[in-house]
Amino acid sequence: MSTVVRSTPAGARLRSGTKLLTLIFIGPFLLYMLAFLILPALRLFDQAFSGEHGFTLKYIAQLGQEQTVKAFVNSVVLSSVSSLVGLVVGGIVAYLILRPGAPRGLRSMVTSFSAVAANFAGVPLAFAFVSTLGSLGMVTVWLKSLGVNLYASGFSLYSVTGLVIVYAYFQIPLMVIVIAPAIEGLRREWREAAENLGASSWTYWRHVGLPILLPSLLSSYILLFGNAFAAYATPYALTSGILALVPVEISNVLSGNVMLSPQTGAALSLGMIGVMVVIMLIYVVAARRASRWTRQ
Amino acid sequence: MDDRHNKQGRRQFLKLGAGAVGAGVASMFVPGLANNAFAATHPMDQALIAAAKKDGGLNTIALPPDWANYRKMISEFERLYGIRIHNASPDASSAQELQAIRSLKGQRRGPDVVDVGPSFALIGAAEGLFQPYKVSTWSSIPDNMKDAGGMWYGDYFGVESFGVNRSVVKNAPMTWNDLLKSEYKGMVTLNGSPLGAGAAFGAVFAAAMANGGSLDDIGPGIEFFAKLAKAGNFNPSDATSASLVSGQTPIVVNWDYLNLAQANKNKGMVQIDVLIPEGAAPYGGYYCQAISKYAPNLKAAQLWEEFVYSDAGQLIYLEGYAHPARFSDMVSRGVVPEKMLKELPPAAPYKHVQFPNKAQTEKAQNLLKTEWTKMVKV
Repeated sequence: MSTVVRSTPAGARLRSGTKLLTLIFIGPFLLYMLAFLILPALRLFDQAFSGEHGFTLKYIAQLGQEQTVKAFVNSVVLSSVSSLVGLVVGGIVAYLILRPGAPRGLRSMVTSFSAVAANFAGVPLAFAFVSTLGSLGMVTVWLKSLGVNLYASGFSLYSVTGLVIVYAYFQIPLMVIVIAPAIEGLRREWREAAENLGASSWTYWRHVGLPILLPSLLSSYILLFGNAFAAYATPYALTSGILALVPVEISNVLSGNVMLSPQTGAALSLGMIGVMVVIMLIYVVAARRASRWTRQ
Repeated sequence: MDDRHNKQGRRQFLKLGAGAVGAGVASMFVPGLANNAFAATHPMDQALIAAAKKDGGLNTIALPPDWANYRKMISEFERLYGIRIHNASPDASSAQELQAIRSLKGQRRGPDVVDVGPSFALIGAAEGLFQPYKVSTWSSIPDNMKDAGGMWYGDYFGVESFGVNRSVVKNAPMTWNDLLKSEYKGMVTLNGSPLGAGAAFGAVFAAAMANGGSLDDIGPGIEFFAKLAKAGNFNPSDATSASLVSGQTPIVVNWDYLNLAQANKNKGMVQIDVLIPEGAAPYGGYYCQAISKYAPNLKAAQLWEEFVYSDAGQLIYLEGYAHPARFSDMVSRGVVPEKMLKELPPAAPYKHVQFPNKAQTEKAQNLLKTEWTKMVKV
């Protein structure tokens, strides 16, 4: 655009045109953010601290209950591990299908499958896994006939480990989708240059490939983490609450038919926001370190 | 990204054709007879009807058409009195119904009447969200199902039952302890978390009563499910109507009216038996009607309550397999058609149905909150 803006009168008109465009397209977005993100968050804040007789710390204190702490630990462990699985496996898959020389059809096949699988969640996904890896699932029974008793060896689909496997089903494809553009951005010439200077494959990745990809990998990880952290329908359909997780706890007190305590729900939500803030802070610091090379 | 699936509302669980089935049952009667019965028993207080017609319709909330025959309840009311019903968010939960009263206060579209679980009825009454009204059939509503001051009143109830898909389960379980048998590995399912779904909560309570516990002590119920999980029989996935019919969750512990409606909907395709577990008093759950304190159409709301609690209205619930609050009174007066009774499980256990009170419910919730995830491990 800068090339056009040089001639003043036309440029000025254009600039005010851009302003108008910004107003039309970005304005509603900001309003949307205000109405559906910022105001509700403030309302949560208000709710979590107000009891029947004004200000109270009662609900925030509930976050310290054994049950709640366990839910947060489960949620954080589940989200970080399933995101890590997604990051590594999804990253490798994305690299393999985009690598020069990979069959052309493979790439479109994997990306279209990923687009579908990344959105396949909730009850259908839960039942798909129950009927394969559940205690009477097809795979479980088949392995048993081969002498491998999954459930006797401590595995359970309805545990954090089990959920990591289930979550991997949508985390890996999501990773493939979000990281693909960054991997495509790795230029062939860089690798050739490195190889000409005698770099091994390992050295290339260690000093060129990964540092370039690192900022994108970090932000992908955050996205996957948030995706898993907020997942509700899948774990609910699968475990009916025998595994404590924060989103399930929130729904119990907020929209269940057994208990009603919106303030506890608000406090739990604030806890979730707190966890996300901490993760984002770690991300900001890590991303700054990771992208140091861009400023040199 | 994960939440494409509808959130688990209070009644979201079974979108089954209770209404459709109810209609089918009704058509099995001699048509004239059924109509006469209704004509004779719906409210005909002309002054109230005239006043109600002057209101701008009636605002209901959270009445799923396929739940306890609400489709017919609504259409009959509209047909008889010519008053239009605006039924907001059919699948909302009790909590959301109370929220609607609060947030739509003073608006024309605020709910006039609600249908909430007992613990929510108590919250609403304590918060001053309701106004008292006593229907003309008030005295025949059991005392343990209504607020003495008329703030809320139980409308229908169900008891915990086993819905058993007989194409998968060869020998149906008859008692809670039968569920522990090794032939039921991976088969026993609840409709969600006992901390979120009313029927699942009731299931733990019912199991407690069958294992030395009581309404005051849900502990043995938790221990029972822990044992069930240890035996590998408890399947912690969330049962749906589809999973019961397909056999993925072949034994579903749920309210009798939901299991019965499911059984009848699939008649001819798959045999689903509905059994009230023997050997212990059945655990019951009921819902409550209440009129909003801010009801924009007060007279129409009162007429609705009169209709719901008339013999005609109560029989509509029964057609949807939900036992109406005035069931015993109506049976003793002989106004329940034989045919309708035949569609239901034997009436005897229903005489001993147990409902928990507020203190018992809260005590049980607190114990469940800390113990359920700790003890029940699959």
